[in-house]
Amino acid sequence: MSYEDMKKQLQDEMKKWKEGPLAKTLARAPERREEFTTSSEYVVNPVYTPLDIDEEKYMEELGLPGQYPYTRGVYPTMYRGRFWTMRQYAGMADAAESNKRYRYLLDQGQTGLSVAFDLPTQIGYDSDHSLSNGEVGKVGVAIDTLADMELLFDSIPLDKVSTSMTINAPAAVLLAMYIAVAEKQGVGVDKISGTIQNDVLKEYIARGTYIYPPEQSMRLITDIFEYCSQNIPKWNTISISGYHIREAGSTAAQEVAFTLADAIAYVEAAIESGLEIDQFASRLSFFFNSHLNFIEEVAKFRAARRLWAKIVKERFHAKKENSMRLRFHTQTGGSTLTAQQPDNNIVRVTMQALAAVLGGTQSLHTNSKDEALALPTEESVRIALRTQQIIAHESGVADTADPLAGSYYVEALTDQIEAEAMEYIEKIDELGGAVKAIELGYIQQEIADSAYKYQMGVESGENIVVGVNKFQVEEESPRNLLRIDDIVETRQVERLNKVKENRDNEAVKKALDNLRSAAEGTENLMPFILEAVKAYATLGEISDVMRDVFGEYKPAEIL
Amino acid sequence: MSERKVRILVAKPGLDGHDRGAKVVARALRDAGMEVIYTGLRQTPEQIVRAAIQEDVQFIGLSCLSGAHNHLFPKVTSLLEESGADDIIVFGGGVIPSDDIPFLKEKGIKEIFGPGTGTDKIINFINSLCDE
Amino acid sequence: MNNIQEFSKEIKKGNKRFIAKAITLIENEDKQATELINSLYEFCGNAKTIGITGPPGAGKSTLVGELVKHIRSLDKTCGLILVDPSSPFTGGAILGDRIRMPELTNDSGVFIRSMGTRGSLGGLAKATRDSVKILDASGYDYVIIETVGIGQAETDIVQTADAVVVVSVPGLGDHIQTLKAGIMEIADLFVVNKADKDGAPKTARELRLMIEMSNYAVEERPPVLLTDALSGTGIPELFTKIEAFIENNLKSGKFESRRKEQLLFEIQDILDYNVKKYIKTKIDKDFYKSKVEEIFNRETTPYVVTEELFNILLNKGE
Repeated sequence: MSYEDMKKQLQDEMKKWKEGPLAKTLARAPERREEFTTSSEYVVNPVYTPLDIDEEKYMEELGLPGQYPYTRGVYPTMYRGRFWTMRQYAGMADAAESNKRYRYLLDQGQTGLSVAFDLPTQIGYDSDHSLSNGEVGKVGVAIDTLADMELLFDSIPLDKVSTSMTINAPAAVLLAMYIAVAEKQGVGVDKISGTIQNDVLKEYIARGTYIYPPEQSMRLITDIFEYCSQNIPKWNTISISGYHIREAGSTAAQEVAFTLADAIAYVEAAIESGLEIDQFASRLSFFFNSHLNFIEEVAKFRAARRLWAKIVKERFHAKKENSMRLRFHTQTGGSTLTAQQPDNNIVRVTMQALAAVLGGTQSLHTNSKDEALALPTEESVRIALRTQQIIAHESGVADTADPLAGSYYVEALTDQIEAEAMEYIEKIDELGGAVKAIELGYIQQEIADSAYKYQMGVESGENIVVGVNKFQVEEESPRNLLRIDDIVETRQVERLNKVKENRDNEAVKKALDNLRSAAEGTENLMPFILEAVKAYATLGEISDVMRDVFGEYKPAEIL
Repeated sequence: MSERKVRILVAKPGLDGHDRGAKVVARALRDAGMEVIYTGLRQTPEQIVRAAIQEDVQFIGLSCLSGAHNHLFPKVTSLLEESGADDIIVFGGGVIPSDDIPFLKEKGIKEIFGPGTGTDKIINFINSLCDE
Repeated sequence: MNNIQEFSKEIKKGNKRFIAKAITLIENEDKQATELINSLYEFCGNAKTIGITGPPGAGKSTLVGELVKHIRSLDKTCGLILVDPSSPFTGGAILGDRIRMPELTNDSGVFIRSMGTRGSLGGLAKATRDSVKILDASGYDYVIIETVGIGQAETDIVQTADAVVVVSVPGLGDHIQTLKAGIMEIADLFVVNKADKDGAPKTARELRLMIEMSNYAVEERPPVLLTDALSGTGIPELFTKIEAFIENNLKSGKFESRRKEQLLFEIQDILDYNVKKYIKTKIDKDFYKSKVEEIFNRETTPYVVTEELFNILLNKGE
């Protein structure tokens, strides 16, 4: 029987089935809901069949692992070669404390580091700034000067680990510090590898740790692209993040759409600054969320991979295959964790992690069960890491590439998400690109609408969150939460003052003056920032010079 | 025709940029017929109190997910007291361990709404205090 | 609050808590608000009032923020009223204009009040006009009013401000249409904001052309200025032009005649409002209902009925 005949027959069968058995059953016992939908509000059919996909386009739309459009994975062997990088985001209090946690995680079999910085560091304030009051060391490690960075990576050879740093507006400064530490360790900069998040657009959209206005931020970002392509070839210069967009309340399709729209803006800025697409595209990396609508999440990762490959090839005319590969890190969804019955979070995280692996992630962070309440304890971090190890070593899902491919439902959702994301991207293009759409508040508004809708769904009971609006129990307030002592702030400020006393203040002033005049001009700022960092200029001092020259961003008034 | 509308300031003190919760609450309060003044991210306690006084709100809702609540929330209440505006009711939300709640209440925060709180609960809280 | 005297004394001293409370009384249409205005009225009239209007996305709030910073640098004080739309369904509102000017909250020489329209349609809230008086009496040199800016005919602002600035931006094609549709006449000054964007000079040219073709006398044609509020470019020039406009009007007597026109409008407006309120208290809903039935059945006509009602009102009023 030909493919066409088979489809024809199936169509007839489907019709009979709907009118016969299905209708009869429905008449007797209606379904649980009038309509089933995914997080992206796609209506879910009772069953999926070959009619929902176009198998004739197999080579065009799916292909083989490591082959354009990379729907089935970016590498030919995928996890048969090696597992994804298990990378737990961590950092707290001061550099010494975080260093201890990193060494613990490496001992436990973690394969990469992921540095969390505190908010003052992320916004370019020193620990003694008035706005830093109460925030020092709270959500990550406090870094004021190179001295802190030296301590942070003490006894961790930088040529042996890859380090991911969640740092955006001041990314150039922290990267410069990392380079300086490597040099001090005697490691050549061409040997270090890792990622800086460096994705400021999503800070305007969803995460809030912006400093400068978009135009100036884009300059810093492209300066980093250029500097790294010449000096640190193994460095991932940006991690374009849908994670926080999703946390802010977007749907799965919006997560893909807005992340890729941001990515397009970065690529365009880099091209405008004179770079060739194939010169930097392979160093772009991505960062997605993994939420709970399991199949939709798997489809989301696949759709993102395919759509990006097409964009890089067709829109930006890349030649190199490596430019078209969307490599991504995944973190399980923080906003899906519940403060109620926190042990349930282990189950949620397991499913999310599994979705990420089935979706072909390159690295993964699994959240700890207590993170809806506080920073995770060592014990809960270990369970989170063990979750990944169980998936890797016991579940068997890593033994073949893209094992869910060919599922009619998975493929149909993959197509649907790709199409909706493309529609959004076209709309954003019409508005003049991602930067413009952010300034107009369009993207923020779309996300806020979805977040509100979801919350109203939870409150009406339409969306069930186990332990929160159903299956609740009386529970005692949880004990043994990790707390950051206020003494951390005092100690950190003392440390900062000591560094300031002992450094060569003439050299600092000179470095900062040089940085200022470079910022006023058009030179690449990285060498100037590196010079300032090496002179032990503080993060705040360096950021203030640029604040002065660049101004500060003011958000759109969108709710 | 005189009508007393509930006015409420929703603010994010400190450096935390997670404003999903604050925004959802702001919308829900608007949809409950209230006037919500939203001041955005990175507000100092001084800014929050000054804005609350000028806007003559009856309530201030504070949201903080960074763990700095024990530091920031009591500053708001003590500044209100200094300004003779401690009739303004302060409540808070965010990632706040329940162990901290007694301390915050002692410092004059009327109520703390943890993760998973429905907006209806917050609306009821406000309405019940308005009826008093 | 029992003591109006005490209250107005505090307002005259510039006590922000009392100013804020007074505005709330006005917004809530509290009886005491009228008494308060009466007691403060002789101290009003000194502040210069500037209205800022324009479509959403034009950068009004940012421009207002920068304008105020400039005025403060000249050592003058500023009261601000920022109007945002109330939901017609719930009556609630999200008032978010302060987001664009966070640094002004720490300035003791600035008072900022956000205001929902609460059903008013002319671009301001009903309470705006009287709130200006409170700020005026408490000694602010300037009172700046930012209108809703949702594209409707925002004519209220002309009746409230000494100078009206209409803000436009390049690339808002529909906005030019809105201008043609009537907002044109209310502008004393035009600003093309976001002047760094492509198309700004073109928008300015189009505006000038439109002004030439409209009814302005040659010497009264409003100037068109370019600003970039984000960087503060053009803001001092804008303020100089506003000052010059007011100064000229003061000299020519237009300032006075404009304020008198506003007063005439205000009296009529208050009267209208009170009459409406009075009608509501005198004629109950059931009466209307029965009349509607009669009209519907063609037993009578709307004109006969209103004539009848009018007579009842007059008789009852006696």
